[in-house]
Amino acid sequence: MVEVIVFFVCAAIVLGGAAGVIIARNPVHSALFLIQTLFGMAVLFISLEAHFLAAVQVVVYAGAIVILFLFVIMLLGVDQAEDLNIEPIVGQRFVAGILSLGIFFLVTASLVGSEDAITGARGSSGQIVDETVKPNVEQLAETLFTDYVFAFEATAILLTIAVVGAVVLARRTKGDMLDTPKNTLEIREENYQARIDARAAELEAEAAGNNSAAEAPDSAEAGDDLVDAADATDGGEA
Amino acid sequence: MLAAVEVTSNWYLILSAALFAVGAMGLLIRRNPLVMFMCVELMLNAVNLSFVAFGDRLGDIAGQVSVFFVLVVAAAEVVVGLALVVAISRRRATTTADDLSVLRG
Repeated sequence: MVEVIVFFVCAAIVLGGAAGVIIARNPVHSALFLIQTLFGMAVLFISLEAHFLAAVQVVVYAGAIVILFLFVIMLLGVDQAEDLNIEPIVGQRFVAGILSLGIFFLVTASLVGSEDAITGARGSSGQIVDETVKPNVEQLAETLFTDYVFAFEATAILLTIAVVGAVVLARRTKGDMLDTPKNTLEIREENYQARIDARAAELEAEAAGNNSAAEAPDSAEAGDDLVDAADATDGGEA
Repeated sequence: MLAAVEVTSNWYLILSAALFAVGAMGLLIRRNPLVMFMCVELMLNAVNLSFVAFGDRLGDIAGQVSVFFVLVVAAAEVVVGLALVVAISRRRATTTADDLSVLRG
């Protein structure tokens, strides 16, 4: 009874999150919906008595992969919403809907009938024994480090290659290397200086205009005064 | 009446099929490469669920071991894929999948 309720609640969470991933306009929202799906999946793993995988699901998927997604989204500033009303290829969504429904019904049809419609076969490795006899983590570790130890070592190499590949791909080449990053204060100082220069030039131009129009030396002097004041402020800042 | 109902592994397999279909649909209709990666993650998760469900039905721990390897491969795939997105977005203003029809940067 409890299992049935847990299953349906989790199924709703998982499918709702999955729908949210593909419906949300903003990639950040998609990533958050993905977390929802992954958490629902972790609970389903627990109900299937895969306790270690449930923990790994939360730690690796929600904690590392989705954070990596969010990091890239925010790093690139591509978090602007995508206009989902435009369909770039005519009929794309219709065909996509047909294809995915086809996948769903094809897989489901093979399950319908009896419980043993798909029998499967046991592997050569160890069987799941009762939790009370041996914890799930221990069983998994024993299988992983005996029968699958070669594959385990291979994943270590795979991860190393992935990290090296990511660094090589995302590295800036020597040609378009940016200047060494400046101190924020220096940049602010420069912006301030530029503003003052612009203002001074503006005042000078205004004064020149007044001079030519009314031949009034007073206004020119006033303009000079303002420029001097600006210079003084600048000096004080520096 | 409900007390008689038991959750069988077929239920998990049907949920897994539905999740895989949703992921496939998202992969086909979205254009943002980041969202497309998320849809690939959904499909990988659907397969993980069916691995665990079959492992539970057959009483075989190898199903959970397979999920462990799928997790590792998914992590590696995301790392390389996101590095590609970063590298592409550095050279181009937009990174929708429609614009990336040529291999040349």
